[in-house]
Amino acid sequence: MTQPDLRVTIGGLVFKNPVLTASGTFGYGKEFAPYVNLHHLGGIVVKGISLEERRGNPPPRIVETTGGMLNAIGLENVGLERFIAEKMPYLRGIGTRVIVNILGNSLEEYQRLGQRLSEIEGISALEVNISCPNVKKGGVAFGTDPAMAEAVTRAVCAHSSLPVIVKLSPNVNDIAQIARAVETGGAQAVSLINTLLGMAIDVKSRRPKLANIVGGLSGPAIKPIALRMVWQVAQAVKIPVIGIGGITTTEDALEFLLAGATAIEVGTANFINPRASQEIVEGLARYVTDNRLNNISEVIGELVLA
Amino acid sequence: MNQCEEQAEIVRNEQLAPEIFRLTLTAPEIAWHAHPGQFVMARISPCYDPLLRRPLSIHQTIGSHQIQLLYKVVGKGTRILASLSPGQKLNLTGPLGHGFDLAGTQAVCLVGGGMGIAPLYFLAKEIMRATTPPKCIVLLGARTAVEFGPLPQDFIDIGVTKIYLATDDGSLGHHGYIAELLHQHLDFHPWTVYTCGPHPMMKAVVSQCRKQGWECQVSLETMMACGIAACLGCAIPRADLSGPYLHVCKDGPVFKAEEVAWL
Repeated sequence: MTQPDLRVTIGGLVFKNPVLTASGTFGYGKEFAPYVNLHHLGGIVVKGISLEERRGNPPPRIVETTGGMLNAIGLENVGLERFIAEKMPYLRGIGTRVIVNILGNSLEEYQRLGQRLSEIEGISALEVNISCPNVKKGGVAFGTDPAMAEAVTRAVCAHSSLPVIVKLSPNVNDIAQIARAVETGGAQAVSLINTLLGMAIDVKSRRPKLANIVGGLSGPAIKPIALRMVWQVAQAVKIPVIGIGGITTTEDALEFLLAGATAIEVGTANFINPRASQEIVEGLARYVTDNRLNNISEVIGELVLA
Repeated sequence: MNQCEEQAEIVRNEQLAPEIFRLTLTAPEIAWHAHPGQFVMARISPCYDPLLRRPLSIHQTIGSHQIQLLYKVVGKGTRILASLSPGQKLNLTGPLGHGFDLAGTQAVCLVGGGMGIAPLYFLAKEIMRATTPPKCIVLLGARTAVEFGPLPQDFIDIGVTKIYLATDDGSLGHHGYIAELLHQHLDFHPWTVYTCGPHPMMKAVVSQCRKQGWECQVSLETMMACGIAACLGCAIPRADLSGPYLHVCKDGPVFKAEEVAWL
């Protein structure tokens, strides 16, 4: 029997399957090596990298909610040069595509990140984070204004030879409009959604449960919203869409593919079931075999209406 | 890296006190690799409600195949744990984190409060196993006598001879905080103090150790989602309040008292 064909193409790159791991939920890959055969995955998106090392927000940083969790990590990361020196040697050997999520405070910072990472061997693509709700400067400021989103995309594309994926914020009025703007800016793909801005209060102390007061909601609770947005964006742009938001099972992944996503990212599920991403790869393979498909891409956008 | 994911089978789930339980599981991989002070992340529900795994210190290993966890019912997750019966499975990841450091200790004092007693028993077993165990004093605190359950006797059964108790309500032992007993029982030896329990208790213990010049190791607890340094949710400030945060899951849960800030 031949291996089920799960290959998908994004930004001219062939991925062995459409299952990636979402930035900030999979460390720098190594953390999950005891649990997952990393080379079985379509790719991994590493923790967001900024030019300088970031300390992140003060604790408490996370809180569990019904069907989800709020986080306000604040993009704690080792910084660009330490990432290249300390994390890339391991990542080059994992046998799957490495996508680096980048975050800047200014257009110039995004440019410098794109430029420097293009010189580094072993990186397949960039995911430009214009959607983190937990930092004061940059991040979401770029992701909520179509003109700014387009400008950031243009800046990174002009200074980088790597395919550029732009990660979109759901905390906007019209996500399709932002998606069209980054497509115009030259993005090869969009990924969505980042977390939804939320809040939780301890009624005993009457204080917010997060030191940052507000944080990003992720997990199964946000899946219907993410799915709706992926469907809307897939109608609005010609570039591939990568679906993110509460995916924990193969069935969840298939829903996103049917809604028009070319690939998906597994996020919060990694914390609870460290093998979730690999199990979804295996589940999609069974689906292709059971339904006698030639390739998983035969389900992409095949939502049946009426 | 010796951590793994294991479908542990429940052997016993004993109620020790009104809200306190001791769970015995068959988990050979984790039992084999575990060190005192390490923890596991227990997946409470095979579905995603409650969503997150719960961190629980390893209370002891039994032989090469079993581990014990001690927990108090405080919310939805622990209530589900309390309802599990022998034969059922509990998915664990572990052993996780950096445990207690036992090197070169001559006289040790273990100070535990409430569920903080859990990892100290594993540590005491390790200490008493030595051919010539160091001088060892155990101080245990609880809100009320009944909450100790059989735990003080467990320490006596492994050869601990100097064990002192304190309760908040005076129903057993010293009426007051366990930290108040430190100076009564510890002379001016170069003691190594190991502590785990509520934050105010540990803070009091650390402050006395600092005054006396005793080495002190603390086992900390925070909210965490993954236990493997991916979520970065378990950040705590360093002693000087600057530089990158420490992460309880990976840099701890056991720290030298002077590494962390006591706010």
